[in-house]
Amino acid sequence: MNAAVQFVHEQLTAKKVYPKFKSGDNVTVNYKIVEGGKERIQGFRGDVVKIQGTGATATFTVRKISDGIGVERVFPFFSPNVESVVLNKVGKVRRAKLYYLRERSGKSARIKEKRM
Amino acid sequence: MTSIFTPDGKQTACTIIEAGPCVVTQVKTKDADGYSALQLGFGDKKEKHSTKAEINHFSKSQSAPKSFVKEFRDYFEDKNLGETITVDIFAEGEKVDVVGTTKGKGFQGVVKRHGFHGVGEQSHGQHDRQRAPGSIGGSSYPSRVFKGMRMAGRMGNDRVKLKGLKVVKIFSDKNYILVSGSVPGHNGSIVLIQK
Repeated sequence: MNAAVQFVHEQLTAKKVYPKFKSGDNVTVNYKIVEGGKERIQGFRGDVVKIQGTGATATFTVRKISDGIGVERVFPFFSPNVESVVLNKVGKVRRAKLYYLRERSGKSARIKEKRM
Repeated sequence: MTSIFTPDGKQTACTIIEAGPCVVTQVKTKDADGYSALQLGFGDKKEKHSTKAEINHFSKSQSAPKSFVKEFRDYFEDKNLGETITVDIFAEGEKVDVVGTTKGKGFQGVVKRHGFHGVGEQSHGQHDRQRAPGSIGGSSYPSRVFKGMRMAGRMGNDRVKLKGLKVVKIFSDKNYILVSGSVPGHNGSIVLIQK
C-alpha cells in the first residue's frame, strides 16, 4: 500500500480487534444507532456474504432473512459505529462471495456448519 | 484516494497531498520586475540532471536544484529568498482550490467526450449507430460546419481547477494535507493548491 495512505490511517483510524471470520460464517454485529437523540446498540445477526477491500477501508456484508425478506447490510471494519462482532457459527462454504444465496430461499439457502 | 471516519461514524472520501516544503527561489518586486510575485520550488533533482543556469539560479536561495518551479503573483505574505513554505499556511476546515492536469483518455467518441446520447434507437432503420454523433448541421445553408462543433477527438490531459475543497486534516510533520473528495490527475501527479 501507498506509504502516505498507510501513515494517515495509522494516525486516524482506531485499532479494532474482531474474532477471525470469513464468508459463510454466522455473526452478530453490534452497532450504534441514534434514536430520538439517544444512542443505543443494536445487533444484526446473519451470514457473512462477502469481505471486500483492504486496509482501513475494508468492508464486510452480512445477509439475514427478516420476515421472509432478505436483508443485506454493509459494515466498514473500522467504522466507529461498529461496536463489536460476535462469531456464532463457522460455515462450510466453497467460495469467497456467496452471491448465490440471493437467488435461493428456505432450505436451500442454508449454510452447513463446519465440524470443528 | 482513501477515506477516513469522523468520530460520529461518517465516512468522508479524501485525497492525501504532499504539500511542500516549498523553497522561495526568487522574489519579484514591482520596482525591478514590474509586478510582485514569489517563485516557489518543490522537489529536489540531481545536480547532474540540471543545467548550469539552473544550478546558479537555485544557488542564490541556497537550495538544491528543484524539479518543479511555479510563480505565485501577489503572494499573501512577504517572504525572503531561501525561506521555506510548509502546509502550516493552511488550516483545518478551510476551503481550498486544487488545480491539476486530468488523466489523458486518448481519442474518444462524442458519447464519452461530450455526453451525447448517441442515436437512441436500435430499430427504425438504425444499425450499428448507438454511439454516433448524428447530424452536424444544415445543408445548402450554411454549407459549412460551424466552428466549435462538438466531435470526437482527444480527451483529458486538460488543466482543471476544482473549487471549494475542504481541508479535512493536516499533518505538519510529514507535510501531508487531506482534502475532501478527488483531485484531477493520476496518482503522484503535481497539483497546485490555492487558498
